[in-house]
Amino acid sequence: MEVKQIPLRHFVWLRDYHRGKWSWELFKAHCTSQSHAFGFHSRSSSLFFSCFVLEVCCFKRPGSYGSTLRYKSVERMKPIGKHSLLGASGEISDFQEILRYLDELILYDNMWDDGNSLGPKEVHNYLTRVMYNRRNKFNPLWNSLVLGGVKNGQKYLGTVSMIGVNFEDNHVATGFGNHLARPILRQEWHENLSFEDGVRLLEKCMRVLLYRDRSAVNKLQIAKITEDGVTISQPYSLKTYWEFSAFENPAQGAIGSW
Amino acid sequence: MFRNQYDTDVTTWSPAGRLFQVEYAMEAVKQGSAAIGLRSKTHVVLGCVNKANSELSSHQKKIFKVDDHIGVAIAGLTADGRVLSRYMRNECINYSFTYESPLPVGRLVVQLADKAQVCTQRSWKRPYGVGLLVAGLDESGAHLYYNCPSGNYFEYQAFAIGSRSQAAKTYLERRFENFTDSSRDDLVKDAITAIRETLQGETLKSSICTIAVVGVGEPFHVLDQGTVQQIIDTFEIAAEQEDPATEPDAATGQEAATEQGTAADQGGSTDEGAAPMDI
Repeated sequence: MEVKQIPLRHFVWLRDYHRGKWSWELFKAHCTSQSHAFGFHSRSSSLFFSCFVLEVCCFKRPGSYGSTLRYKSVERMKPIGKHSLLGASGEISDFQEILRYLDELILYDNMWDDGNSLGPKEVHNYLTRVMYNRRNKFNPLWNSLVLGGVKNGQKYLGTVSMIGVNFEDNHVATGFGNHLARPILRQEWHENLSFEDGVRLLEKCMRVLLYRDRSAVNKLQIAKITEDGVTISQPYSLKTYWEFSAFENPAQGAIGSW
Repeated sequence: MFRNQYDTDVTTWSPAGRLFQVEYAMEAVKQGSAAIGLRSKTHVVLGCVNKANSELSSHQKKIFKVDDHIGVAIAGLTADGRVLSRYMRNECINYSFTYESPLPVGRLVVQLADKAQVCTQRSWKRPYGVGLLVAGLDESGAHLYYNCPSGNYFEYQAFAIGSRSQAAKTYLERRFENFTDSSRDDLVKDAITAIRETLQGETLKSSICTIAVVGVGEPFHVLDQGTVQQIIDTFEIAAEQEDPATEPDAATGQEAATEQGTAADQGGSTDEGAAPMDI
């Protein structure tokens, strides 16, 4: 998918790999018989929040294979219909499956050829139904989804987990973003953030995640959703600082001890 | 309508390219008691004449709430109407469940029309013998549709179906241009007046008609008898005021007229005279 160059104003979506303990327990039994194949998934985070008139989301782009950070450029955000943007973390193949479901949904919606279109709220609820139904059949789509959009001036931001937990909020995140980024957002998010401030805030969160999440990669994209549509930036990197004196001679304390 | 050799089966075309069974089904709609609908930019009003089997029985239910934002008035075979209402309710509720959002009226109407069409193309089925006036509100505004037994649907500003509906249609045709900007109350008054046209002489009472409204900020509901009677009474009062006006007291007459004018805008009272005192 071609990604357009957009000015530095975007939303950062943090997504992370949602693995609540309960759900892990639930699926562990089911997974033991599964084969070795990991499938390729992304563990990096995505963050999403809504600004004054638009929504910003960003996420990092690696796709891992087990614990190997195998693919550095995986597009984990997709625009859906005219009004929404979907981002996912977790199993990439399941994400692609979800995109196929949504493709079909949007296609049928367009085929009505009347003035109506599915907005972010409708898509979010549809996804909730899909995820929950799959979980009930013990065959989940292993993703944490974030869906945002703007329709008729109304902003919408929601998330669905792989077990069907869904809610709306002013800022959402997946995986580690929930633990590291949302506290920052709780402090610093407010209703009237401008786009630039929003991006700065997101980058701040992403930087924290970059430093602290071992599976993070310094490559992110920002997406901006307004009434006019969705634009996704080109991938870019954050500036980081590693010149801390404690890092200078990392083996310093190791000599002679064991 | 004449009987002929091509009208036994719905799957038989006539040489002239007509499906007589479908046309006969449309006749069934004309036999039912009248139902009318009119809409403005923000509200839609449905009204119907209550028909009872006998003096001892209650009247048939002809207006059904389909969802908070959609309602339907039927004319024709009430049983068919009931079944279709159940279908519509199902569709609305399923959509609401999946998308947490009200079903756009236009889509419901198309689904209904497709369902009716199926019955015109199966040898083991018969067309539904009911016409439906679907009133609903969605993102694109207020809508009124008419669904035929033939599987066609049309959008209307105002319409009337059933027996003696022509009188109501004439009344509505004269006034429909004003409906878009009408207030809700004026719309209701117009609806009651249109119903009165179909009664052709019978006294208008709230027990004879049922009125339902849906609009912005107002979920679909049937107005209770008391409210309807109050509105009818305002017509009567206006009528009484007009009677003295016919006496050679032009001034009072004009006053009364302007009073009615301000009170009821283009309310039914100005039609008491039955002469098309035009707008």
